[in-house]
This record gives sequence, structure tokens and C-alpha cells, in this order.
Amino acid sequence: MRQSRYAPLMTLPGEAELSALRLSLIVAGRSVAFSLLPAIGIAWLLTRRRFPGRTLLDAFVHLPLVLPPVVVGYLLLVLFGVRGPLGRLLEAAFGIRLVFTTSGAALATAVMSFPLMVRAMRIALEGVDVGLEQAARTLGAGPWDRFATITLPLMLPGVLAGTVTAFAAGLGEFGAVITFVSNIPGETRTLPLALYSALQSPDGEAMAARLALLSFGLGLAGLIASELLARGLRRWLGN
Amino acid sequence: MLDVAIRHRRGDFTLDAAFQAPTPGVVALFGRSGCGKTTLVNVIAGLLEAQQGHVQLDEARWLDTDQRLNVAAERRQVGYVFQEARLFPHYSVQGNLCYGARRAAGARTLIGLDEVVELLGLAPLLGRRPGRLSGGEKQRVALGRALLAQPRLLLLDEPLSSLDAARREEVLPYLERLRDHCAIPMILVSHQFDEVLRLATHVVVMDAGRVVAQGDISAVSLTPALRAIVGPEALGAVVDGVVDAVDSASGLAGLVVGGGLLHIPGPALTRGMRVRVQLLARDIILATQEPRGLSVRNQLRGQVRSISADADNDLIEVDIGGAAVLARITRAATQELGLAPGLNVWVLVKTVSTRGHTFAVPGRPEAPAPAAGP
Repeated sequence: MRQSRYAPLMTLPGEAELSALRLSLIVAGRSVAFSLLPAIGIAWLLTRRRFPGRTLLDAFVHLPLVLPPVVVGYLLLVLFGVRGPLGRLLEAAFGIRLVFTTSGAALATAVMSFPLMVRAMRIALEGVDVGLEQAARTLGAGPWDRFATITLPLMLPGVLAGTVTAFAAGLGEFGAVITFVSNIPGETRTLPLALYSALQSPDGEAMAARLALLSFGLGLAGLIASELLARGLRRWLGN
Repeated sequence: MLDVAIRHRRGDFTLDAAFQAPTPGVVALFGRSGCGKTTLVNVIAGLLEAQQGHVQLDEARWLDTDQRLNVAAERRQVGYVFQEARLFPHYSVQGNLCYGARRAAGARTLIGLDEVVELLGLAPLLGRRPGRLSGGEKQRVALGRALLAQPRLLLLDEPLSSLDAARREEVLPYLERLRDHCAIPMILVSHQFDEVLRLATHVVVMDAGRVVAQGDISAVSLTPALRAIVGPEALGAVVDGVVDAVDSASGLAGLVVGGGLLHIPGPALTRGMRVRVQLLARDIILATQEPRGLSVRNQLRGQVRSISADADNDLIEVDIGGAAVLARITRAATQELGLAPGLNVWVLVKTVSTRGHTFAVPGRPEAPAPAAGP
């Protein structure tokens, strides 16, 4: 009897798949860790401050949304490549090399998911009543104090949403990563890159299907977890 | 003394306001919505930087644009009760109350948590989140929170406007207690003249961004600027007096006002108490001869000071010896009686017309009441 075409899905993921999964989680996790604080800072600047060049900064931050990811990867290569100005500086000063490394994959992912994060933080910040910050001011709270005790706690649901969205998008970043750090097993071959490689090889169909299923499950679990967390947060915030 | 002089332009609205008021005391900023009261209060609090002017409370200069001085709001120690309580939703009532108190540590302590909880009746609310409070409860918590920050000046921006009549009556007595028991200077923003009557020691009337009248409430109650804002029906002179005697049988109190005696319903009053009465201009009757055989309890002797006209009627200001009243009568009556400045008249006030227009005079209770004349 002919074997069912779904049989490959029933087998346990092998070393290659697990490695891709692990790498994806590391890359997405690092990229989120890199960009969380800058995203909050820039979102705060864009919503709460009026300064010359604001529109330009806004456009610059959102550029990765409209540029082809390959272009972003290329730009990173130019800047952070072995001969790029920043790449040379990093290598000389800290011995850090980004090209063809997991760190480089995380950087490319961070740049690509940054606008998603900033956007979520901005929406969250716009939802925080400036009046409450003013009230905190009259009660003697300085800028950092009111940010830590009023603004940040009240925007936490948005911070969470932004983090989850950026993390989920980071798991699947393809174009910028493959352009900047190539497709090296165990170093830069994340889930989408592994899936792409599997499709390129003649007998990789089963592996591709398993990787796709893995991505699907991961995404679903992440979204459900974030929704539950957001609910808990909102309860804690008193709404 | 509180000394404020501000010029600030935004769009086609210009705030150009200056006033000086004694401290401690309750300064009422009175005017229609949109006349610039809240903007002025925000400048005093430091939440808005005025383009030009100065703000000074006693020795503390907070703003002086000539000296490029602008003390940050968080360093001014100003308690601000906003129109919409602005409680922090993620803190409990107790957390809200203590927010400012913790940051005021080291400053002189005017009032402690227990005292505030007692004064404002907050004990049953302490563990709750602001989302579960009624409007009146929220305003009381906001008031307590501002007080516990140990403010040098308390700003109340229409703290009662978001409340219905019943809730207003719930919060007003707390404000009166505050005025009488704490020596904190206060600024009360209001567009309701009865709140001003009940609470203010000094009134600043604003219209279209300018101060159009200021002074104690009796003087301000006579000004044409106020007439334009409160309208002819609510217009009336405010007189302060001292209770001379209370007749327990009739429940009437005799109040020494200017050179005469005014009988008002006052079963709750005691001799020596200072009382403020608003005599609505439309309730006042004037006579050129001593009236006889009338039911009117109050007949005060006076002299016409001035006559002015509004759209339909004449407004007669009568000096009753140290105080003044306004009477709104028809133009025909003015002519028939031959009323003119300097003429001696009798001012008739029905006792029942003062019901609901009588208030305890603001001021610290320990201030000695002047001896009542015979």
C-alpha cells in the first residue's frame, strides 16, 4: 500500500529541524532584547515630544516596512561587512564580527522588526492619558519617576503586544537575514532559511512540511500566550 | 500673598491676567467656561509655561520670565485637584493617596494620612481601585491625594463640575472643612457662583482671558463685570454680618449688617457667628417713606449710591451704612419714586428670600468675631 503523504509529519523532528528552531528562537529573542529599550525611547520621542526632524526620524524608523528586505540586508552588509565602516570599527574595538554570525542575524531581524515594535509602543503611549503624567508631576514626581511609576506600567499591555509581534516576525525574517549573514547551518540557518533550503533539495519536501508545521504551532502558541498575559495585565491595571 | 501676572497667547486666544490675593485664603477664579481660568491655573501649577509674566507665592518665586526663571511643576509643591479626578488606575486608593506623600518626605508635614482619611471619610475606600469608585468618591480621593503631598498651594479646578447635585453636596462640606481647618492657600476655579459664595475669601472675575473684577466678595458682587456673567436673575449684593441674637421661638436670627439689623432664618446660628447673605436684587423692595403695616421683617435705612440700567430694568445700588445692596426694579418705578443718587430710602428684604442664600463666612474659626453692636 502506498504510504500516506502525511506520514513525514508524524515523525519526530530531527537534528536539523531542532537546530533551526533553536536558532530562530535565539535570533528572535536577541533581536527583541536589542530593540526593546530603543523602541520605547523612540516611541516616546515621537508621541510626547515636538522637535525639528521628527517627521524624518518617523520616516527613517518605518523605512524597513516599505523597503525590500534584501535592500536592508544589503545596506547592513555595506555598513557592517568586514570592510564596512561600522563593521571594521566593531571588529577593531570589541572583536565582534557580525557577518555570517548569529549576532548578525539578530541585528538584521531587529532592524526589520523595529518598526512593528515602535508602532505598538506608540499606540500604547497614545493611550496613556497625559493628564495622569501631569497629576504625577504636581505630586512631585520628576521625569524618570513618572515614567517608571505611571507611563511605563500603563503602557505595558502595548509593550507586551509589540514584543510578541516583533518576536513572531523575527522568527520568520528571511530576506534581510539571508542577504546579510547568508545561510549557514547551525549559525544563521533559522526556520525560514531551513525551510527554503529543504525546498531546494530534491528529497526535502517532508522536512519542509515539518518545518512549516513547527512555525505554525509556534506562532499560534505565542499569540495565545500573549493574549492571556495581556488579559492578566489589564486586570492588574484596573481596567 | 499670592501674586500672579501672566500674558500668554495661543492661537487667537490671549490670556492677560493679573491678581493679588492675601494668603492663606480661598481665591475663587470665577468666569464662564473658556475664559482662561484653567490655563491660568496650569501656569500657576507650572504645567504650562507662560510666555510672559510672574507667579509668586509668599517668598517663593515660581515664574519670572524677565529673569528666565521657571521652577519645574514637580518642585513647586502645588496640590492640584483636576476636573476629572485623574487617579492612577493601577494604584489602589491608598496607593494614590500615598503617591505624593512619599515624594514630599522631608517637607514640612501639614497633614497626615490618618487625618486625611478621617477628614474626607476615605476609610472604607482605601483598598479599592479607582475604577470602582463613584464620581464623588473619586474627587474626595483626588483631594486627599493632593493634600497629602503637603502642598504650599492647593489648586481646585472645578472639582465639583463633574458631579450631580447630590454628589456636590457630598464634597462641598469637605472643602469647607479644609478651608477652616488647614491654613493652606487655595485657588478654586468655578463657573458656579454659589460655590464661590460658599468658599471664597477673595474673588477674581475673568472674562475672555482678562481679569474684569477682583476683591472681596461683597465688593465684587456689586460690579457691572459680574452682572454680565451671572445674569440679572442671579444677581445680588453679598453682605457679611455678625449674628446678634437668635430667637429660638421664631427660629430667626438677627444679623448686624452695615448700620442695620437683618432677620434671617437661622435655627443653626449662634450669637457672634459670622454669616454671609446674598440678597438677590430682584427680591429687594425700595421705599422712599418709612413703610408701615407690611409683613416684611427687614427694613434697612439707606442712601441711593448709583443707578444703572440693564436691558429691561434699573439696578439701584443702595448704601446701608458700611455695606451696600442692589435692587432691581422697573424703570417706571425709578421715575415714579424719583430715585436719584443721594436720596434716602428704606430697603425692604423678605426674610424668606434669604433662605438658601445664607452661608457661614469663610475664615479661620479662631479669628475673634467682632463684638455685635446693640
